[in-house]
Amino acid sequence: MSTIDQSIHGDDVTRRDMIHLGTAGVGAIGAAAAIWPFVHQMNPAADTLALATVEVDLSQIGEGEGVVIMWRGKPVFVRHRTAAEIAEAEGVDVSSLADKQSDGERVKPGKAQWLVISGVCTHLGCVPLGTKPGDEKGEYDGWFCPCHGSHYDISGRIRKGPAPKNLEVPAYAFTSDTTIIIG
Amino acid sequence: MGHGPAFEPKNGAVKWFNDRLPILSLLHGALGPGYMAPRNLNYWWNFGSLAGLCLVIQLLTGIVLAMHYTPDTLVAFDSVERIMRDVNYGWLMRYMHANGASFFFIAVYIHILRGLYYGSYKAPREVLWMLGLVIFLLMMATAFMGYVLPWGQMSFWGATVITNLFSAIPVVGDSIVTLLWGGFSVDNPTLNRFFSLHYLLPFVIIGVVILHIWALHLPGSNNPLGIDAKDDADKIPFHPYYTTKDIFGIGVFLLFFCAFLFYAPNAMGHPDNYIPANPLVTPDSIVPEWYFLPFYAILRSITFDLGIPFTDIVFIPAKLLGVIAMFGSILLLFFLPWLDTSKVRSAKFRPTYKILFWFFVVDMVILTIVGGKKPEGIWPVVGLIGTFYYFAHFLVIMPILGKIEKTLPLPESIANPVIKAPQKGI
Ligand code: HEM
Ligand code: FES
Repeated sequence: MSTIDQSIHGDDVTRRDMIHLGTAGVGAIGAAAAIWPFVHQMNPAADTLALATVEVDLSQIGEGEGVVIMWRGKPVFVRHRTAAEIAEAEGVDVSSLADKQSDGERVKPGKAQWLVISGVCTHLGCVPLGTKPGDEKGEYDGWFCPCHGSHYDISGRIRKGPAPKNLEVPAYAFTSDTTIIIG
Repeated sequence: MGHGPAFEPKNGAVKWFNDRLPILSLLHGALGPGYMAPRNLNYWWNFGSLAGLCLVIQLLTGIVLAMHYTPDTLVAFDSVERIMRDVNYGWLMRYMHANGASFFFIAVYIHILRGLYYGSYKAPREVLWMLGLVIFLLMMATAFMGYVLPWGQMSFWGATVITNLFSAIPVVGDSIVTLLWGGFSVDNPTLNRFFSLHYLLPFVIIGVVILHIWALHLPGSNNPLGIDAKDDADKIPFHPYYTTKDIFGIGVFLLFFCAFLFYAPNAMGHPDNYIPANPLVTPDSIVPEWYFLPFYAILRSITFDLGIPFTDIVFIPAKLLGVIAMFGSILLLFFLPWLDTSKVRSAKFRPTYKILFWFFVVDMVILTIVGGKKPEGIWPVVGLIGTFYYFAHFLVIMPILGKIEKTLPLPESIANPVIKAPQKGI
């Protein structure tokens, strides 16, 4: 390294400069290392991360009905869809969608009557209406988010409004024909 | 700005102390007879001291509230109800604090509009203006987090919507939101940190206010004519002239404040916030506090992606674009000193700007109304036009107008109202 050679002979960069640089560098790394705990303490704590799972008994949910389950402090919609609703969801031209997903990708194989989706609007996190009878369901017969007017279809896909994505499908599994476990 | 008489205490003990810690000299020069202010300041210049009064009210009542408030999702709502019902004068403290926040914003909004009208942001007061904007941003953060504390429905859902704004940021958005929440939704960790920060930020505001006043006292106050105050004939000492005028303003302000406090304490609040937070039920419509409505309207007005039309190519999705527009609408103001190309400060001598200033005020009022409506019917369109005009005012009108506007002749000096330019007739 020629610059260091020069520096020994008292040119631009001296040994003292190197010591200054080294000290500042070590100081900067130390400061960054000290800041990290102050930032990371904001992230979810271990007990928050130890996320619970919830079991849902599907036998209680009649055809055409839905329930709202609380999972990790947030709502999950479980809906028992009618044959007509499934047909409607499957009949949509996927290429016309904002977030392209077929209905089949959003349900478990052979269980198209059960739609399990997160009840958190992908816009800014409100809970869309449409689960309770009498709720406004929006222009696509699914869910309607009243906050800024996002319309979701009966597969929970975004069809109109500011939300960018479909309602998320959380990780879940069937433990029997009439029970699922979310999480 | 020239300095008035120096501080010369007659009392020996005072002099002894001041020689060792010249804090009295400092106050004398900043808020006493030592500060020489333009002689022609009108009542729009009262709103700075009124904002200061509001800050003091918020600090005093806030510290009292914190003695009785519990930041835990299980009991936060009840602890506020206990303040309202059981704590001696608790209702007064809370109503002062909640209405104080609204009045703080009223004072600051008028204060900002005053600056816009009289060109107080122009050289040499750019840094002063920017420090004011920093205070405004800190106030918004403080008020937002304070509103979450009573843990009512609007607290919870307001916090959910606003923190979710950050999820629009590409790549790291979701991690940032999780970091803000300390969990997977707005919950107890969120409430705790908001309380901590709500306590802290007002003290940061005090610090920036001191810098703001420091930056003010170098060039001195602007004035309704917008011309520099030159010699002593243009100026009067701050004390007793403006101290008395400020105190009179405080009296009038307190009359309005008390009218709300005692006769309509909930007029500026939202009734849904008296319903405890419920993470499973979103209220019919989420409306922020009135002072955030114009910016909320800007956020919601953007419902289209920025991309190549009739293709799937999207550069900026609607959600991110709305967030950029909202934050941009305030950050834009930092560049105003350079966006406004006119050499003349006061709108008094800018006949076209004077009208366009009021157009801008009307636009803000319209955006405030739109922000409070459900996004249905004609409101989204009105909001979009209002948003468009807001940006056009600063990005198009201000730069061009300054170049083409024919301004009126400026007076010789504040004390001497003779017009500088050659006069026809009179
Ligand atoms: C810049 C100054 C401040 C502003 C703009 C402000 C704003 C607010 C607002 C809007 C609320 C919600 C009121 C409601 O609807 O109930 C609130 C609540 C609260 N603030 Fe502040 N605040 C300020 C300073 C402080 C300070 C210095 C403290 C001291 C710790 C404090 C403590 C509290 C507490 C304990 C609550 C919850 C009780 C309640 O909701 O009434 N605030 N604040
Ligand atoms: S949060 Fe659902 S539309 Fe904005």
